[in-house]
Amino acid sequence: MKSLPERKKWMSLLAKAPSELVSNTFSDVMERHGLTAEFTWLRKPEIGGVMIQARAGATGAPFNFGEMTVTRCSLKLENGDVGHAYVQGRDKDKAEKAAIIDAYLQGDKAEIFAANIIAPIENALAAVKANREQKAAKTKVDFFTLVRGED
Amino acid sequence: MYVAVKGGERAIDAAHEWLSEERRGDRRLPAMSLNQIIEQLSLTVARVMAEGSLYDQELAALAIKQSRGDLIEAIFLMRAYRTTLPRFGYSNPIDTGKMSCIRRISATFKDAPGGQILGPTFDYTHRLLDFKLAAEGDDQLSDDEYDTLKVHHEVHEQSKEIPHITEFLNKDGLIQAEVESDTTPDDLTREPLELPASRALRLQALTRGDEGFVLGLAYSTQRGYARNHAFVGELRIGYCDVEMDIPELGFSIDIGEIQVTECETVNQFKGSKKEPPQFTRGYGLVFGQSERKAISMALVDRAMRWKELGEDFVGAPAQDEEFVLYHCDNIQATGFLEHIKLPHYVDFQSELELIRKIRKEALAHQEAAKSEDNQPLEAAE
Repeated sequence: MKSLPERKKWMSLLAKAPSELVSNTFSDVMERHGLTAEFTWLRKPEIGGVMIQARAGATGAPFNFGEMTVTRCSLKLENGDVGHAYVQGRDKDKAEKAAIIDAYLQGDKAEIFAANIIAPIENALAAVKANREQKAAKTKVDFFTLVRGED
Repeated sequence: MYVAVKGGERAIDAAHEWLSEERRGDRRLPAMSLNQIIEQLSLTVARVMAEGSLYDQELAALAIKQSRGDLIEAIFLMRAYRTTLPRFGYSNPIDTGKMSCIRRISATFKDAPGGQILGPTFDYTHRLLDFKLAAEGDDQLSDDEYDTLKVHHEVHEQSKEIPHITEFLNKDGLIQAEVESDTTPDDLTREPLELPASRALRLQALTRGDEGFVLGLAYSTQRGYARNHAFVGELRIGYCDVEMDIPELGFSIDIGEIQVTECETVNQFKGSKKEPPQFTRGYGLVFGQSERKAISMALVDRAMRWKELGEDFVGAPAQDEEFVLYHCDNIQATGFLEHIKLPHYVDFQSELELIRKIRKEALAHQEAAKSEDNQPLEAAE
C-alpha cells in the first residue's frame, strides 16, 4: 500500500479533475489492460453538501462561509481493496470511477493507474493554473504617484 | 394571516403553461445551454451561488434559466435545493493566503510585495456600449480550431504564494490583529439567528446577504452614518482548495476548488477606552468574482464591530446588527413581502366587516354631534 501523503494527493486530484478527463483516461486504462472493474458497493454514490469554512480577516476565528456540492461513494474490488471517493459537484459517475481508481492505486496495478490517470490529471490541473497565472502576470502593473508641484 | 383557498386549479395550470412558454421565448431562436450561461454570464452565476449560499455553477445556471433571469427567484431555487442535501460535514477553513490569484490589488500600498495584478476587470474601461458585441458575427471555434489556438503554457515553476498585505502592517503592530482560534462557529443554517450575534454569524449572514442591500449599507457608512474611514487594504480574486477531514480515511483531502473574492479593509481608528490608536479591519469574502459585494461586506463588518472596539453606537443602520442581520437576506425578505399578494380573503373579509362597523358608529356619532350642534344654534335665534 502506498503511503498516506500520496493517497491524499491522488484523492485530492480526483476530486478536482474534470469529469471528462477522469472518464476518458479511466476507460483507456481499463480497455488497454483488459480490466473489468468488478466491485461491490460499500456506499452507493450519494450527493450531499459540505459547509465550507473560512477565517475572519483571513487568519482569525473560523466562520461558515457557504456550502458546496459533493458526491461520495465507497466500494470494494474483488481482490478486497477498498476505494473511497469524495468529488466536487453532483457527478455519481465520476465518483464511482474515482473510487475504483482509488482502490486500484492501492494494489499491484498502482503504477499503471498512477501513470495513466493521475499523472495526466495532475498535468491538466497544473496547466490550467499556469495558464491562469501567466495571464494574471501580464496584467501586473506598477502604479506610481505623481509628485505635485509647489503651486 | 394566510388561509388556504380551494379552486383555481385550471387557471393555475394554464398560468404555469404560459410561464414555461414565456421562459423559452421565441422558439425560432436556439435555447440557451447551461454551459453558455456558465461561460458567458459568469458573474450572474457567481451572484446566485453567493446569495444562494451554495457553490455549484451548473445548479446556479439552471436556476437562472428556470427563473427567466429573475435572480432572487433563482437564489430562492438554490436555497430550496440545498435544504434537500444531506450535510456531509464541515471543511477545514480555506487558506486564502494560498489563493491562486487572478486579481490582486491594494489601494494603500503601491509597492505591495507580490505586485498589483489587475486581472479581468471592468476598471479603467470607458463604460461605453460596445456595439461590436451586438453584431451577429460568431467567433465560435470548432474543437480542432480550439486545440490549435490553445496556448500551452509551460509549467516550469511552483507558483508563488502572494502574502496578505495586512501581514506587513501587523509586523509593526499598527493594525489590530486577528486572533487565530479554532472555536466552532455558529451556523445560520442549523440554528435560528439569535442576538447578540457572534462575528462568525454576522459574516455568514453578510456573505449570503443581498448585494444591493449590503452595498446600500456600506455606502451609508461612507456618507457619514457610522463613518469608519475605510481603505481597500487588499482585494484579491482567485481559486482556493477546499480541504476536509474524511472520517473513514483518518486524514484530510481536497474535495474541490472554489473561486472567491476577498477584501480586507484598513480603517482609520483614533483609539478608544479599550483599544490604542491603530488601524482596524473589516473583512469581506464572497463566492465567485464579486468585488462590489466583498468590499461592501467588509465595510459593514467593520461598522458592526463597534462594541468590541469600544466605539460609540451612533444609531446608524450599519451598526445595528438586529437591523442588518434581520433584513439582509433577500429570500426571507421576498418571502414575507410577496406573501401579501396571495389570497387573504378571510383576513380581508373580517377587516371589511370591522371597518364597516367602525364607520357606521363614527357616522352615527357625527350625526348625533351635528344635531346637538344645531340645537343651541336654534335656541340662540
